[in-house]
Amino acid sequence: MDPDTDIGGPLHKFPATNHSAIVGARSDDQVTRRRAFDTILTSYWKPAYKYIRLKWHADNEDAKDLTQGFFANAFEKNHFAGYDASKASFQTFLRTCLDGFIANERKAGRRLKRGGDMDHYQLDFATAENELVASDLSPEDYFHREWVRWMFTIAVDALRQRCEESGRTTHFQLFQRYDLGDDTNVSYASLANEFGLEPATVNNYLAAVRRDFRRIVLEKLREITATDEEFRIEARSLLGVDVK
Amino acid sequence: MKWLSDDKLNYLRTVVANPDFSSTKYTFIKELGRGGMGTVYLAQDRELNRLVAIKVLNTPEITEDLRNRMVREAQIIARLEHPGIVPVHDAGTLPDGRVFYAMKYVRGSRLDEYAAENDSIRDRLRKFQAVCDAVAFAHAHGVIHRDLKPQNIMIGSFGEVLVLDWGVAKLTGKPYTDFTDESVQSVDGFNTNAGTVIGTRDYMSPEQARGEIDQLDERADVYSLGAVLHFLLKDQPKLSKAAQAICLKARADEKENRYSTASELSADIGRLLDAEPVSAYRESAIEKASRWVSKNRFLVLLVLAYVLMRVFLVFTSQP
Repeated sequence: MDPDTDIGGPLHKFPATNHSAIVGARSDDQVTRRRAFDTILTSYWKPAYKYIRLKWHADNEDAKDLTQGFFANAFEKNHFAGYDASKASFQTFLRTCLDGFIANERKAGRRLKRGGDMDHYQLDFATAENELVASDLSPEDYFHREWVRWMFTIAVDALRQRCEESGRTTHFQLFQRYDLGDDTNVSYASLANEFGLEPATVNNYLAAVRRDFRRIVLEKLREITATDEEFRIEARSLLGVDVK
Repeated sequence: MKWLSDDKLNYLRTVVANPDFSSTKYTFIKELGRGGMGTVYLAQDRELNRLVAIKVLNTPEITEDLRNRMVREAQIIARLEHPGIVPVHDAGTLPDGRVFYAMKYVRGSRLDEYAAENDSIRDRLRKFQAVCDAVAFAHAHGVIHRDLKPQNIMIGSFGEVLVLDWGVAKLTGKPYTDFTDESVQSVDGFNTNAGTVIGTRDYMSPEQARGEIDQLDERADVYSLGAVLHFLLKDQPKLSKAAQAICLKARADEKENRYSTASELSADIGRLLDAEPVSAYRESAIEKASRWVSKNRFLVLLVLAYVLMRVFLVFTSQP
């Protein structure tokens, strides 16, 4: 392996990031904490559910209850506030907490039931269930892969919303057809013809919408990392070529 | 929400990760490599119809400091016009705010790859001397590289030697620098603070590893050159004491004990190649004679042949 150039060193410090839900989870303010928790829940519930199904061989109903129970318990006991960015990434921390929670539940022989005094979140488990496919990845790599997939899915949805709000539906439609579609015959020329645009305009629209998409992906990532260093590592992991 | 397949996910990741050259005259081709600060891509210059290497800031979020680093790196290289330093063609900003600069696309292999395929010590020393000369030129213009290593040195397909990656270079502000731009005249071009470690562990001088930014001068690069020389010579079974001494002097822990300049190191390598005495090693009389004989082997053989012939004649001419 090539020796890497270091730019940093013992005195290089990374400040806490703005707009980070991980930082927000430590807040004394209940509203801030709730908002931060919702962001974490949105970003992680689906990979967590799939991970429980795969690693813990939980059936559909059990996995639903464990996912709900894990996040409800984490919020109630403020577990995410205990995250230390110098020890591991938040993703690893959350997965470790999840493993600990399920192991405890299994050990106690409990079977969580929805309802009662436990928080209940509106999560689309049916879709998550339909997306389950066999994988030869390790459970940890599978969790990471599903998290990346989910982050991009959320980002695509946010992009669609922003394009609609800003009256740029054509931009999103071009993105949908060229970058998200499965039609391998689609080209800038064919899209220009289909949308009644110049090929150069298609090029410009796609470049602009991809820039927006990139910005959204990084915003989402920023929300769920605690430090600049973690953000950079996760960004490389999310966008880099060396990610599994 | 549409489910994203693995293929689609990988595609979207490249869409997000790859630079957007749509506002430039370049067409993206592929990624060539990643460094600490930037990623280098292969691209086609549509106007001049040639391939170029484009370095783009790595970080997903652009700070003013990082942007300045890239701009300064481009400025530094652009002003170091030397056959051993890769030339910069162009610089600019991408639509997402990331700074880039386009440079000559060097076809060839890195010094470590070159060394793996060429075990001739003389070839390696000649390449190393060319590296020293390029670095000496930069030093003479007030620039310290700070990250010299085999991975940052390219050997072109015609044997030319090019020093790359000036991303963490430091400006010394020497009086004989011909830089006039205020922005590249600072003592430390990248505003690195004391205690900040910049470079590559295996190749950095002790003072650099300690983060003594203010103490760094040309001799930090001399140390790195010594480490590169050590890398090139370590697999050689029989190394002369002179070569070992050069290596040790260049990599001395105390910078006062190193070569003062890359030029001095280059000169010693030249002497080594010419079988002349090197400044780093004091020879004994026997070693001096042995080196002289080795260097003048033909003359020695000629004299010996003459002497033998005279002796032969003396004996055969006696009645």
